[in-house]
Amino acid sequence: MVSVVYEAPDSIQDAVKLLATSKVKANVLAGGTDLLVQMRGQHEPRLIVDVKKIASMMAANVSADGVALGPAVPSAELSARDDIKAIFPGLVEAAYLIGSTQVQGRCSVGGNLCNSSPAADTIPALIANRAQCVIEGPDGERTVAVEDFVTGVQRNCMTKGELLTMIKLPQPAPRTSDAYLRFIPRTEMDIAVAGAGVSITLGEDGTCTDARVAIGAVAVTALLVPEAAAALIGSKLDDAALQAAADAASAASKPITDRRGTIEYRKHVVGVLVKRAAKIAAERAGG
Amino acid sequence: MSKSHITTTINGDVREFLCDPSDTLLSVLRDNLGLTGTKEGCGTGDCGACSVTVNGRLVCSCLVLGVEAEGAEIGTVEGIGSSDKLHVIQQKFLEHAALQCGICTPGLIVSTKALLEENPNPTEDEARYYLAGNLCRCTGYDKIIRAVLDSAETLRGAA
Ligand SMILES: Cc1cc2nc3c(=O)[nH]c(=O)nc-3n(C[C@H](O)[C@H](O)[C@H](O)COP(=O)(O)OP(=O)(O)OC[C@H]3O[C@@H](n4cnc5c(N)ncnc54)[C@H](O)[C@@H]3O)c2cc1C
Ligand code: FES
Ligand code: FES
Repeated sequence: MVSVVYEAPDSIQDAVKLLATSKVKANVLAGGTDLLVQMRGQHEPRLIVDVKKIASMMAANVSADGVALGPAVPSAELSARDDIKAIFPGLVEAAYLIGSTQVQGRCSVGGNLCNSSPAADTIPALIANRAQCVIEGPDGERTVAVEDFVTGVQRNCMTKGELLTMIKLPQPAPRTSDAYLRFIPRTEMDIAVAGAGVSITLGEDGTCTDARVAIGAVAVTALLVPEAAAALIGSKLDDAALQAAADAASAASKPITDRRGTIEYRKHVVGVLVKRAAKIAAERAGG
Repeated sequence: MSKSHITTTINGDVREFLCDPSDTLLSVLRDNLGLTGTKEGCGTGDCGACSVTVNGRLVCSCLVLGVEAEGAEIGTVEGIGSSDKLHVIQQKFLEHAALQCGICTPGLIVSTKALLEENPNPTEDEARYYLAGNLCRCTGYDKIIRAVLDSAETLRGAA
């Protein structure tokens, strides 16, 4: 009667072997806040591979190279890490926006990325911060830039047997910081109508020397918007530059109309969020 | 497929149970162990009626598998106060009439205890944000928040 098998291996190798050789549908389990909801009422045979017993999946290390984030680290743990917050405050804020206190106790950045929802809050922040995804599979290891990871609504580049084993966040240049903002109709517990992650690097004189702008919930995947970054680079982030970045983000977005918002509304709001996030990131970078 | 044999600690007592690998911790607590204080509202992580702690961390038991309880420490509402001596939080919920139908109350008591352990002196805003994942369809929240803040004050006085 019961056709679900649960395994909790303690090494990446064992997890990959289980996933690759499974004859039935195999799912990685991190915090389960997407997976368990999706499994409700389904009775097909399934293998669940819980990766929380693998030490590297649950660790986050800060070094001169940046942050090596274990994909299954729960948001509650990430939010308590002042050393990571000091480098990537926007990414930590994005992770903190997911769900309630209870969901925070389990949900992970890796799960948010692998679930690949268009509205996932951490993905624009990961893109803004040039995250690299380390993927291990039966044929070995490969690394994919996060902006190329998600390929469609709840689709990504991973194939059978593959596991996201590490999210690498390269150490930003001096005077760099980030911010993530989303718009939701409520004040808590809602899914983004639009979101924006921005990373800003400032020169000694306050000129923006580098920028990355990513937007979420306004297309089938989160989008990197180089035109918006180009509008900021070389400027002092004056109103004209910020408005140009906002316009570029609105133009790049391809939202849909649903009960949360219309196309016109989402295009406008995503521009406003880019402007505001750029200002916050610049304040942080300068401070 | 055979059932999994799980050994866990619930409210300080070692407990064993058999469950299907797809059973949630919520269904194991209620149906296998008879701990029906933990409620099911939605089963999808939205309402908080099923709140418990796992290794000290507040979670929705509807989004945890029973098999994940192996070797863990689980805290449920049954571990808070007793029928002859209510916990301060329970007493304050009664005094402030912070419940009507009561289905949300066990989850709120568990969450409030977790809140006050993390932050013994929350502002009203902090309490409201922390408890935003505990929905109540009856009270309008105001009495709940008053009970929570009064519990905090009383517990600080007792500490
Ligand atoms: C009440 C509620 C509110 C929510 N609010 C938000 C919100 O505001 N914003 C938001 O973005 N999301 C929200 N979510 C969705 C969810 O919480 C997040 O997407 C979360 O980050 C998922 O992480 P997890 O660790 O729980 O993932 P899981 O459910 O464990 O996994 C998600 C998916 O990714 C796969 N997976 C996980 N880790 C790996 C890995 N290392 N390698 C390969 N595949 C993997 C799993 O197989 C599964 O398909 C909410 C969910 C709930 C229940
Ligand atoms: S029953 Fe678990 S959150 Fe509603
Ligand atoms: S008292 Fe009825 S749901 Fe809260």
